[in-house]
Amino acid sequence: MATVKPAVEWELSNLILAAAERGRPVEIMGAGTKRGVGRPVQAAVTLSTAGLRGVTLYEPTELVMSAQTGTPVADIEAQLEARGQMLPFEPIDLGPALGAQAGRGTIGAVFATNLSGARRVATGAARDHLLGVRAINGRGETFKSGGRVLKNVTGYDVARGVAGSWGTLAVLTEVTFKVVPKPEQTATLVLFGLTDDLATEVMCQAMGTPYEVSGAVHLPQAMAQRLRTAELRDPGKAVTALRIENLASFVEYRSGKLRDHLAPYGKAEVLGDDVSLAFWSELRQLSILQDDVRPLWRISTGPTNGPKVVDAIRRYMPVDPFYDWSGGLIWLEVPEAADAGASDIRRVIAQFGGHATLMRAEPAVRAAIDVFQPLEPAVERLTRGIKATFDPAGILNPGRMYAAM
Amino acid sequence: MSSIQLPEPSPEILARRDAIVVDLRELVGAEGVVSDEDGRRAFETDGLTAYRKMPLAVVLPQSTEEVSAVLRYCHQNGIKVVARGAGTSLCGGALPAEDAVVVGVSKMNRVLEVDYANRVAVVQTGITNLAISGAVGKDGFFYAPDPSSQLACTLAGNLAMNSGGAHCLKYGVTTNNVLGVKMVLMNGEVVEIGGAHLDAPGYDLLGLIIGSEGQFGITTEATVRILRAAEHARPMLLGFASTEEAGACVSAIIGSGIIPVAIEYMDKPAIEVCEAFAKAGYPLDVEALLIVEVEGSETEIDDLLARIVKMAEPFRPKTMKVSSSPAESAKIWKGRKSAFGAIGRISEYYCMDGTIPLKQLPHVLTRISEICGSHGLRVANIFHAGDGNLHPLILYNANDPAEVEKAELAGAEILKLCVEVGGCLTGEHGVGVEKRELMRHQFSETDLLVQMRIKSVFDPDWLLNPAKVFPLAERVMLDNAA
Repeated sequence: MATVKPAVEWELSNLILAAAERGRPVEIMGAGTKRGVGRPVQAAVTLSTAGLRGVTLYEPTELVMSAQTGTPVADIEAQLEARGQMLPFEPIDLGPALGAQAGRGTIGAVFATNLSGARRVATGAARDHLLGVRAINGRGETFKSGGRVLKNVTGYDVARGVAGSWGTLAVLTEVTFKVVPKPEQTATLVLFGLTDDLATEVMCQAMGTPYEVSGAVHLPQAMAQRLRTAELRDPGKAVTALRIENLASFVEYRSGKLRDHLAPYGKAEVLGDDVSLAFWSELRQLSILQDDVRPLWRISTGPTNGPKVVDAIRRYMPVDPFYDWSGGLIWLEVPEAADAGASDIRRVIAQFGGHATLMRAEPAVRAAIDVFQPLEPAVERLTRGIKATFDPAGILNPGRMYAAM
Repeated sequence: MSSIQLPEPSPEILARRDAIVVDLRELVGAEGVVSDEDGRRAFETDGLTAYRKMPLAVVLPQSTEEVSAVLRYCHQNGIKVVARGAGTSLCGGALPAEDAVVVGVSKMNRVLEVDYANRVAVVQTGITNLAISGAVGKDGFFYAPDPSSQLACTLAGNLAMNSGGAHCLKYGVTTNNVLGVKMVLMNGEVVEIGGAHLDAPGYDLLGLIIGSEGQFGITTEATVRILRAAEHARPMLLGFASTEEAGACVSAIIGSGIIPVAIEYMDKPAIEVCEAFAKAGYPLDVEALLIVEVEGSETEIDDLLARIVKMAEPFRPKTMKVSSSPAESAKIWKGRKSAFGAIGRISEYYCMDGTIPLKQLPHVLTRISEICGSHGLRVANIFHAGDGNLHPLILYNANDPAEVEKAELAGAEILKLCVEVGGCLTGEHGVGVEKRELMRHQFSETDLLVQMRIKSVFDPDWLLNPAKVFPLAERVMLDNAA
């Protein structure tokens, strides 16, 4: 299979235009680290944005950066770091959990897949920080939406509309996004040995305090044992962790207050800056999900429903969950099966609300089932309509999100 | 103001008016339909009062089912529909048409569910913005977006325009604070998108719907994020001898890594009017005033404000005054939030809403005075400095048609300037009817086509909120290119 990496936008648009005219499907990717997500794409040609590289605008005092979409996230973060700033939504690096190398993902793919990490629960997802895009749709038309200013309601919000569409609506060529200052200090409050139910209660309580908790995760014992951060692995118990970030003196005050607030659930340990950074950084790499090849689901539900969903799924199969977003995001490892447990999992989801995406499985499984949550009929009609306006010939990543689309 | 063309109403629909009113009464009951002239007059305009059109009829449904029935009926009969919240739009977003039925959501204003553990509230969209915070405030929570009109404006209107406010530097705008909606499409179909979970499956339809200016459907319910309020908040005033120094001070604060909850800027004319109205203690001897607000515990606030004072010093502030009491803080904000009303007491004004990159502020303010000066008009400027959203208020005499026209011309020149320096036509008010014809200055034909095709997915016959957002001629282009 040929992979083409245009170095300029017009070359990319010419290639897509040519493919559109011939009705030939094209696989769209950045560095390809998330290629294993979704239904396998049947295409003779792969178009990569990895040749479009470079930060095109960075104004630290206006909290804004623009970059060509093939720019590695690692390069973006190094430039931000040099000015004491960061990406607000802490995108996870899916690569290693899917068998690819760490640190190779592109900034375009972060927005194309709306990848967000633990900080999402406090400050929003990747799509919340996207200010503008340049992109090429399946007709080969180059268009822009949004801009480089933080507040902009001029015209429809097409930029957000194409974020999270996994390369099925348009190929992003440039993204502009909001950045924020890096906190001076980070602390982590940890409670050991809580059940999933109690942990969710603790996380939801913490998120409801004024201390600006910026991460709330729970690792049941089986997951905690896979941690690389010894301070959290070695006690051999479930880990419930809450992150506080701010100026140093604020962190001390706030973690003290939060610890008092959570006293009824046990005495929280407070981890300092170094250990905290190591812990949250390994979660960004999904370190605990890397050494397994079992099917991996990503379930999004109301936070308090997290443990209930897991309990209900357990009636059908043994599972290992890792809870992020205060319980609202569940990474779930399940046993190998022809449908990776899809029908049971989706039946449970229907009961509690939310959706499930199969993030890791053999291609045969991914070709056989709905990898992305099947949509309600009315929503599906709109979805098909949107796809048809952007890509009438159906050439961009056909079938990746939904069969025959 | 009258330069914007509105399409001729359909004589055929106008002729059927009486029969349509009878049918609508059948659907929602007589009390839900306003058809007499006096009643309809209350709906003939919105916050852009220069434009007025008597609607065919006004329907005030009480449920999603009633909205659905009305839209299905209008769809089947080819009748246009203009959705309306409280009618506070400053860009004519809720301006009716003579051959259109206004569907107002104001009777659907209940809080359906508050869920503190999941930090969400489910509300009907006719609720006012402030009433959402009001419903959860006793428990220390709030709904973050805070447009100046928050006492009156509805969530439905906020969803349509993706409204912002003074505090969105830290908390984001409407689209960042809504997790789900129930919406009725023009054909009467009800769609539910999102919910208490933090991301919806599939395409980001919610992202597309929020900010679609009432052209995709009528939202009847929404799941909004509610946040726990900070322990305390306190503003301070920083007055400067020049725009340059005030702008540089904002850059220094943000560049240092401190993001205040709000950084508001007022120029001298705005300060004078607001001080006369609110007696907020604003300094009258400065060219530019910043209101900087920070949040946290009392000690944290002391610390942050001390840092800000230190950062401001190199820019030689003429005034530095930290609010010393909640009463004083309230006055400081009252002055700012009532700016539009206060200026409205001395003159008619035309409120603009561009966004610019912060470093362009001195250049843009100089050009704004030149532009207004060249038309013989005065201007006051209010600016959400943290996020670059600029509100020049052009003062004019509404009884002088020539001056009215000049105000419109000056406004258009200012918005074009915002686009030229890297900004946009509207930061939080929306395009509506007002900025429709200016869209070509910001977007290419292809950019507009991409947007218009999405409109056609939600509303293929273009019956919802017609003749807004896009230049009228572009619609023809869509038909030719689709």
